Amino acid sequence: MNYISIHNNQSIALKDIPEHAYTMFMETNIALMKGNPARHCVNYFGYSAADKIKLICCIADDDLHEIFVSSTVVDKGYQLPSFTAKNHNFEKFEREIHENFGVKYSDHPWLKPMRYAHNRADKNEKIENYPFYQVESEELHEVGVGPIHAGVIEPGHFRFICNGEQIMHLEIQLGYQHRGIEQLFIQKKKLLERTTLAENIAGDTTVGHTTAFVNLWESLCGYTPDRSLQFSRTLALELERMAIHTGDLAAICADIAYQLGNSVYGRLRTPIVNYFQEWGGNRLAKGLIRAGKINYPFSEELATRLNTVLNTYEPDFEEITKKFFKLPSALSRMEKTGVVSYEQIYEIGTVGMAARMNGLCRDIRFSHPHDMYGSSIVHTPIIKHHGDVYSRAQIRREEIRQSMTYARKLITEVPEFKKPENFTLNPGKGMFAISLVEGWRGEICHCAITDQEGDLMVYKVKDPSHHNWMALAQAVRSNEISDFPICNKSFNLSYCGHDL
Amino acid sequence: MVSLVLIILTSLFFTGIVVRTKSIASGRKGPGIFQPMKDIIRLWKKGSVYSTTTSFIFQIAPSIYIASVLMAILMIPHGNHPGIISFEGDFVMFAYVLALGKFLMIISALDTGSSFEGMGASREALYSMLVEPAFFILIGSFALFTGQTSFHGIFSSLHYGSHISYMLGGLATFVFIFIAMIENSRMPVDDPKTHLELTMVHEVMILDNSGFDLGLIMYTTHLKFAMYGAIISNFFIGVLPLEISIPLFFAVQICFAVVVGIIESFIARFRLGHNPQFIFILTSVSLLIFFGVLLVLGKFI
Repeated sequence: MNYISIHNNQSIALKDIPEHAYTMFMETNIALMKGNPARHCVNYFGYSAADKIKLICCIADDDLHEIFVSSTVVDKGYQLPSFTAKNHNFEKFEREIHENFGVKYSDHPWLKPMRYAHNRADKNEKIENYPFYQVESEELHEVGVGPIHAGVIEPGHFRFICNGEQIMHLEIQLGYQHRGIEQLFIQKKKLLERTTLAENIAGDTTVGHTTAFVNLWESLCGYTPDRSLQFSRTLALELERMAIHTGDLAAICADIAYQLGNSVYGRLRTPIVNYFQEWGGNRLAKGLIRAGKINYPFSEELATRLNTVLNTYEPDFEEITKKFFKLPSALSRMEKTGVVSYEQIYEIGTVGMAARMNGLCRDIRFSHPHDMYGSSIVHTPIIKHHGDVYSRAQIRREEIRQSMTYARKLITEVPEFKKPENFTLNPGKGMFAISLVEGWRGEICHCAITDQEGDLMVYKVKDPSHHNWMALAQAVRSNEISDFPICNKSFNLSYCGHDL
Repeated sequence: MVSLVLIILTSLFFTGIVVRTKSIASGRKGPGIFQPMKDIIRLWKKGSVYSTTTSFIFQIAPSIYIASVLMAILMIPHGNHPGIISFEGDFVMFAYVLALGKFLMIISALDTGSSFEGMGASREALYSMLVEPAFFILIGSFALFTGQTSFHGIFSSLHYGSHISYMLGGLATFVFIFIAMIENSRMPVDDPKTHLELTMVHEVMILDNSGFDLGLIMYTTHLKFAMYGAIISNFFIGVLPLEISIPLFFAVQICFAVVVGIIESFIARFRLGHNPQFIFILTSVSLLIFFGVLLVLGKFI
């Protein structure tokens, strides 16, 4: 076999991953991906091993519920043919490898710096000198937005090339939020420190990233989590999805200046995040998810309370949703705005909502179930077929309803929390583990490799935004520049999740 | 003179009522109705900061802008009482004095060299241009209807004789409400609350203005609202005595402000590309008024 096939949250010995020459490695992975929408690259990364660079590629198969892992070792400074020339799914991954290790690609079409990481190979590359795509023209004009924005959002630079009001091209340059999360994971030795780091990868996906981290860590340590731990993770994921989706609908309303929707959805988000406060003492659910334990076990009282919260949420949500999704002026702003075709999202390899908006079924809850998905909750992904802002808003509306159903189903059967006996979480030696979690934005992938002493050697984080930013750049083409904010908001991608 | 005093008084609370209406519609208490004015006074106490890339145009534009609107206000009558400036054909001057102020604002936006402000300026210029036919066809129709060519003449001899002429008054009110919305860059054409530079029209033009200048520009918006409100009220006041017409004037202004607030609360803003179509609706309504006038006068063959 050219690759090893594993399941989500499975850890294997590093030496079990087949290692091939680069050409073979490339052919295997390209062949795996070819013409199969059920397969996509969940992670492709490198790390320094002795004087060389080891590349590991993980391709998920949604039909078989498996992940195919293969690897290669390449020399530094060698010029290689790129995956991207054959399959654009790998574009960002190869840019990252190029930036971090100076691997040269002979035929990569868009080999630009990705985030200006602290540990980048070429320190002479400066964020001020980003090589923007340019067009020499008397008619076209450029509009640069950011990195400081008028709203309370994260920094990122958007460079538009416009013909009057019409956008011809958008280039998104990120990297301002780079904190060196992956290196910090290695430097910080305590589990609590690492969990806190995971909580802060992207502030709006605290539960998603922390769940990915703890699942990965427990898998590395060979620890099987208790049912009550899985329960609280699943419930927290669904509540986070509800809260953020509601907030996003409010923000979409704000961008089209629909005041009523903005204020009602904005108000509705609050009880959900406040419920996190009641449960775990933090509105963003920080401190709630911990490897091997939970500091705030879910109880019957909390279940009753959640039921009340949901029962007061639902009628108001349905009322404003009925209004908003029937309002002609709102529909005229959302329909046919920011369309991304199926071919485009397949080529980019988008995940989560950005895939489901146009018929590409990518949902980890369904394809690589973890925690209580696949057992207590049998998930059916919500798929839309227009790829416009309206589709993305509809997905949010329906996923909120779905999450509400799941949360209600979960709390009918609150598992008894047993304080675990003395246990130790020590990662295995020379292990590789992968964890996929469906956060509200889409697929989150964490990978870890331990060395011969059982210390963390490589930690790789991939936020769904990693794939999806390119979809935004494609969505706004041929749209009016004034529709950019609503397109952006309908994707609501993470800057810090991308920059790490 | 009467109208000048009334318009200035109205300008103090007009936007406050709009904001308050919006707040109540979205379930909030909202600030007091004088809050927008207090904000402006706060700005007036500040100095202005000028970018080094701008020229004198940028510095004089806000003053000329407010001056142009004040001058336009001088021409507005109050029912039977003419404005301070009143002559045959003054409505043409009214329109172009306003256009002068707008022109200065547009070139001052271009003066900053910002790509946003250039976009905003081009949008503002386009919409103002599209509004012009609606205004002239409307006032022209009333000039034809009354046989007068000054604001004072038109409004003082405007008396509704038939059902059709009442309808004309109603239609004219509709057109003026939306002209006021467009000229002041309010919903559904522009969203004054937005923070998104790329979607703004008027707001983006004044991004570089600060302190006193910004205060002037914001106060001018209030004045313009009150001015259009005064024109609308003139359709109803006619030759009524002052003790009835002044309360009526304020009633019309308050209704106008509430209507603006309600429009802004319950619909989403138009897509930018749909705005010209929307503005053309006003022109076609004005044409309707024109044909109505011809019908009343029996000139319609």
